[in-house]
Amino acid sequence: MEKRDELLTLIEKNSRIDVHELSVLLGMEEAEVANTLSALEADGVICGYHTLIDWSKTSNEKLTAMIEVRVTPQRGHGFDQIAERIYKYPEVTSAYLISGGFDIMVILEGRSLKEVAGFVTDKLSTLEEVISTATHFILVKYKDHGTILSKKYEDKRELITP
Amino acid sequence: MRNPLSDTIVNIPPSGIRKFFDIVQDMPDAISLGVGEPDFDTPWHVRDEGIYSLEKGRTFYTSNSGLKELRTEICNYMKRSQNLVYSWDTQVLITVGGSEGIDLAFRAMINPGDEVLIPQPSYVSYEPCAILAGATPVIIELKEENRFRLTAEEILEKVTDKTKILVLPFPNNPTGSIMEQEDLEAIAKVILEKDLIVVSDEIYGELTYNGKRHVSIASIAGMQERTIVIGGFSKAYAMTGWRLGYVCGPQEIVRQMTKIHQFAIMCAPTTSQYAAVEALKNGDEDVAMMRAEYNRRRRFLLEAFAEMGLSCFEPFGAFYVFPRVKEFGISSDEFATWLLKDERLAVVPGTAFGKCGEGFIRISYAYSLENLKVAIERLKNFVTKLQR
Repeated sequence: MEKRDELLTLIEKNSRIDVHELSVLLGMEEAEVANTLSALEADGVICGYHTLIDWSKTSNEKLTAMIEVRVTPQRGHGFDQIAERIYKYPEVTSAYLISGGFDIMVILEGRSLKEVAGFVTDKLSTLEEVISTATHFILVKYKDHGTILSKKYEDKRELITP
Repeated sequence: MRNPLSDTIVNIPPSGIRKFFDIVQDMPDAISLGVGEPDFDTPWHVRDEGIYSLEKGRTFYTSNSGLKELRTEICNYMKRSQNLVYSWDTQVLITVGGSEGIDLAFRAMINPGDEVLIPQPSYVSYEPCAILAGATPVIIELKEENRFRLTAEEILEKVTDKTKILVLPFPNNPTGSIMEQEDLEAIAKVILEKDLIVVSDEIYGELTYNGKRHVSIASIAGMQERTIVIGGFSKAYAMTGWRLGYVCGPQEIVRQMTKIHQFAIMCAPTTSQYAAVEALKNGDEDVAMMRAEYNRRRRFLLEAFAEMGLSCFEPFGAFYVFPRVKEFGISSDEFATWLLKDERLAVVPGTAFGKCGEGFIRISYAYSLENLKVAIERLKNFVTKLQR
């Protein structure tokens, strides 16, 4: 793997590793790491440094819904314009154009069932291009962004082996 | 009652690792850098294949030598990794871990009085297995100034008319040392001149770093016909508990090894063999991922040692570092014992791998960076205390 890609996979898992530690782990100069990071940020390869939070363990529980949306594409704009109308809503955390039985997958975070339902009925369904929606609520998040949320790593090995 | 025991086995001391294991067992708050196995789980697709084979009812013996499909995959692997050609039906044997291969190789080749050259520090089983097979082990003490590589001169110093076998334990446990192309070419000359057979333990062959790909001695001109290569799935694919290894070598030797295996073992575990086929077919990416992770940990440790003033040569293989603790004026055993008592950190003293391991400790980096960081803090506390 190229150093640049290795750097990306490292900070994708843990964005808090500092430049010094990255330089040690990758066998690179600190300045080189810093420059590479700046370049990746400037090029939009690195789009942000987020934290993976299991909200279900807080009192501020959030509800995540995945909504399949079928839409009518528009001449000249395809799906882009309608997608933009949807993803501009701040409660939409992700939006993807999807191949297969429907067109756009919208992932939504809301505080309550009512809030999500409100979004679907008042905002999404009323858009002229939207033909239909199907809303799925996430009941348990087992694994998110490659991280298993429920279980802690446990070393099952003997303590000393040859 | 009469003495029920064999003098040979009674006279062999137990593994030096055992003692530490017993102490650590009684310390619930101790953390360990003492393991010789990967911290990764066996890749899921490999485990799944094992489970699937059980569901399908593949629960019978395989042939003594092992599944044809697995032996074929091993031949493909030897070809693509070392450009070595082996015939699946006469030159490959599936064993219960690499350990069985070591035992079989000695038993198949040794006549009473034969001498076996064993470079140390090295894995704990060569010497006892050689003795059990009736050989006289002759130890070659590897030196730190050679980065624990084996030299032609060192072989020449110890070789006699009775020397038959040279054990070649690289990439090395416990030092992490490797032998590169030119190192192997240099010793190959002596091996040919003295007509030695090589038992090359390449169990860590997939774990080498910084672009230094492992070279098998069998790939050096004239060596394949006098080399038993020992490989396995434990380290590369994180499959220690599956107990699966293999040997590749000259037909006449493998035939005799197969005979012992047939009478002593019957065949390697069937479930493991099916899983291993999947590992060889589709496991390259897993190995690459683990190799990259080990390499980062290796760099992390070397940097941390440099910072705390612990000297250590740069090892390029396996998942061990072998820092020097001579400077502190205490033995390896004392260092390890006190480190465990004072800081609740377990490492293995170098002497567990041969007398010449005195003055060194083995630290394993088969641990997550998170764990290594905690452990390194404890080591640093201890070393700082000693430095005062």
